[in-house]
Amino acid sequence: MTQVDDLYTVGDPIADTKAPKDLPIEQIWTRAKFTNKLVNPANRRKLSVIIVGTGLAGASAAATLGEAGYHVKSFCYQDSPRRAHSIAAQGGINAAKNYNDDGDSTYRLFYDTVKGGDYRSRETNVYRLAEVSTNIIDQCVAQGVPFARDYGGLLDNRSFGGVQVARTFYARGQTGQQLLIGAYQAMERQVTAGTVEQFTRHEMLELIVVDGRARGIVTRDMVTGKIESHLADAVVLASGGYGNVFFLSTNAMGCNTTATWRAHRKGAYFGNPCYTQIHPTCIPVSGDHQSKLTLMSESLRNDGRIWVPKRKEDADKDPRDIPEEDRDYYLERIYPSFGNLVPRDIASRQAKYMCDEGRGVGPLVGDFRRGVYLDFSDALSRMSRAAIDAKYGNLFDMYQRITGEDPREVPMRIYPAVHYTMGGLWVDYDLETTITGLYAVGEANFSDHGANRLGASSLMQCLGDGYFVLPNTIRNYLADGPFEPVAQDAPEVIEAVESVRGRIEKLLSINGERTVDSFHKELGHIMWEYCGMERTEEGLRKAIDLIRSLRAEFWRNVRVLGTADSLNQSLEKAGRVADFLELGELMCIDALHRRESCGGHFRAESQTEDGEALRDDEHFAYVAAWQFGEGADRLNPVLHKEDLVYKFIELKQRSYK
Amino acid sequence: MNLTLKIWRQNDAADAGRLVDYPVEGITEDMSFLEMLDVLNEQLQARGEEPVAFDSDCREGICGMCSLMINGEAHGPEVTTTCQLHMRSFKDGETITIEPWRASAFPIIRDLVVDRSAFDRIIQAGGYISVNTGAAPEANNIQVPKVAADRAFDTATCIGCGACAAACPNASAMLFLGAKVTHLGELPQGQAERSPRVVNMLNQHDAEGFGGCTNIGECATACPKEIPLDVISQLNKDFRTAKKYAG
Ligand SMILES: Cc1cc2nc3c(=O)[nH]c(=O)nc-3n(C[C@H](O)[C@H](O)[C@H](O)COP(=O)(O)OP(=O)(O)OC[C@H]3O[C@@H](n4cnc5c(N)ncnc54)[C@H](O)[C@@H]3O)c2cc1C
Ligand code: SF4
Ligand code: FES
Repeated sequence: MTQVDDLYTVGDPIADTKAPKDLPIEQIWTRAKFTNKLVNPANRRKLSVIIVGTGLAGASAAATLGEAGYHVKSFCYQDSPRRAHSIAAQGGINAAKNYNDDGDSTYRLFYDTVKGGDYRSRETNVYRLAEVSTNIIDQCVAQGVPFARDYGGLLDNRSFGGVQVARTFYARGQTGQQLLIGAYQAMERQVTAGTVEQFTRHEMLELIVVDGRARGIVTRDMVTGKIESHLADAVVLASGGYGNVFFLSTNAMGCNTTATWRAHRKGAYFGNPCYTQIHPTCIPVSGDHQSKLTLMSESLRNDGRIWVPKRKEDADKDPRDIPEEDRDYYLERIYPSFGNLVPRDIASRQAKYMCDEGRGVGPLVGDFRRGVYLDFSDALSRMSRAAIDAKYGNLFDMYQRITGEDPREVPMRIYPAVHYTMGGLWVDYDLETTITGLYAVGEANFSDHGANRLGASSLMQCLGDGYFVLPNTIRNYLADGPFEPVAQDAPEVIEAVESVRGRIEKLLSINGERTVDSFHKELGHIMWEYCGMERTEEGLRKAIDLIRSLRAEFWRNVRVLGTADSLNQSLEKAGRVADFLELGELMCIDALHRRESCGGHFRAESQTEDGEALRDDEHFAYVAAWQFGEGADRLNPVLHKEDLVYKFIELKQRSYK
Repeated sequence: MNLTLKIWRQNDAADAGRLVDYPVEGITEDMSFLEMLDVLNEQLQARGEEPVAFDSDCREGICGMCSLMINGEAHGPEVTTTCQLHMRSFKDGETITIEPWRASAFPIIRDLVVDRSAFDRIIQAGGYISVNTGAAPEANNIQVPKVAADRAFDTATCIGCGACAAACPNASAMLFLGAKVTHLGELPQGQAERSPRVVNMLNQHDAEGFGGCTNIGECATACPKEIPLDVISQLNKDFRTAKKYAG
């Protein structure tokens, strides 16, 4: 193995992703479903599966595996599965139904997703996703998900950033909520049927691996503090993304990397950790007290126009007093064919540039105004107020509640914020990680979105994984089970339980001077500054040093009050921040090693003459799958490359001009 | 602004609990109510006191996790969730009383955190449409008139927060229950199970210790999602029909 830069070593490449080979792309999934082993219905109830997470991915997987007759144990940290972060998704879900006859097809959805991901995703997986997309809509409608409909009673679609067909299904601005309630209800039905056992307010803190197979998890009952081990034939992580490493993000407060990071430490490779998505349309930060950022759905870009004043002097004027000729509709100017609908990474970076130039609007935060206008006055003169309210009413109300301003009267102010993480646990075609019997679905895996995710594609991926893909791939593994039972006092179980106890005792005994939140905020600041919208070699090196010393200080100086055996929210947060402090370093190492720009990963050193991301396909057309290295002081991870081979799509420099 | 908070502190289910006074300073109008509590908790921890436990997750008004009684009103003075309430709704110098949801079906776990698992059990009793994955017909084969689709949507927006039951003098969760029965009952897909659904869910509601509706309407006033009171009429109507068919 070659040591690089004192930061990481390079290991063997990943040779096989387990997809059936030498077939036309449209036959691969059909073949896999046929060749994957079957499990006799009578054997299924003897097979148990642990699913961590009840978001769209976890709840849909739990419901489906339960219906099939497996014994499922489902975990979440909230007080009800229905509260998983998926509930907050606003805009919609894609599917290649082609109900509008506007030229959509499975191939086009596949093509758009690979292109949108800046050619850094795996063709076979993305094609399968496009294939199952239509089944998702059928399933959800049958469950009673109230998608938007036209007056004929048929389903309505809208178009979403980065594509030119209308394939997005939606339920006003609450699509995630409605889809999740559908999946949750399907899962609760299985609780009644006795196939799914539900554990709420239970946090997974460790993975149990026996003889090279994932066989269980260690959890903490967040009400009583009890440390428990749960054992099964297979483990599925559906624990969501890690955007909260930035402290401020659009994610829910509790979103964390603990489940995936603990699995990583036990041998699961982490794929493309540096690929994060910064969403262009969020409500700007208003002060230091800020605990999270609120997304304004990107669907707003269909009818709103983005602009900043042409002159810096106009930055603090009332926008309504700035005449048309003094406004710069910069996205329409720079990208005439896509205009306000360019992909998220481009829209975000351009907003940053406008503000860096001093043309940002809103209150001064430090030396800059960090906001641009999203203006609905054209739309309001084109459509009735009622029509606009039907589409965006709840978003406008939410904006008004937070800022005190009505977007029907004054243009909205928006600014980019961390929103989604394309990186996650590396999985093969079967969604299995590098630990046998450990699967990852939804945002928790490194997924189908390459270096950038298109709008409305995460919900599709989560439900595709949970309803249709995982249930068909995991049976290939379970067919060899039930595996030899693991005793509660097996050495691997005891070791895992003791390490969880030890960590909790350590956190409670440091009794230092700084709160958990203060460490989290400082980490977030480092990540946003150096591993955010624009990354440089120098900045990333600095960030790695800063994170290492912050981590050392955390373990010396954090103050966690309260006890281990009661509901203790500081303790919960402390465990999560401790893991973020390691993941942050890995993200920076990944960003540093990838000396190209692609999708959401923009390296200032790699750009075209007109400032667009410049990929380097010759050197970087691969997935970076990182193996855990040493630990505490420095991670020193091992890089395994999975080459991305494009057989069905031609690699092109992305252009939205 | 500066405020005096009177906050319910209770170590665990066994503890009797009490209101404790906390002054807080340096609060700004742009803060959300929960960010104001974050500020208090940072100050408490700096002094070596345990922070106040309260539930929240999305902080966007959609997950239903946040749940505070503020000056005796569920979710406070505005028609929204606790997390979407901002400090511009309060005045400098004000005293604010903060308590947990109070209903015997929502036992207190600690401070402001309660156990709402009763709601999951009500859904388990029948709050779903039985369709296994893979068994669904082509989506556009099911046509739903826009009016029905819209009413189904409006009632499906319930976030399961429990404010309705907390606000009700009789601790009835019939607004929550009615919202689900109406959501599924408005849709053609929901017809097959309409009668058993309402009977089973109502039985579970009663078994959990929630009271019956006494027509006061506090629930609809407190509901952050403006679920209309007439879902309870729908619930009663469906229940009557169900009993008629059951004989
Ligand atoms: C504001 C917002 C709007 C969005 N809008 C859209 C949109 O319009 N369209 C779209 O396609 N995508 C959208 N996304 C992205 C999409 O919502 C998410 O990527 C997706 O919902 C993730 O689902 P999931 O099932 O993977 O995980 P989540 O929904 O995040 O669920 C994670 C689950 O894991 C559990 N969990 C986590 N850690 C632990 C642990 N250690 N122990 C036990 N349980 C644990 C949690 O309790 C939870 O149940 C949006 C995201 C945000 C933030
Ligand atoms: S009906 Fe309203 S108050 Fe009751 S749980 Fe639903 S959203 Fe909350
Ligand atoms: S925290 Fe999610 S609704 Fe308030």
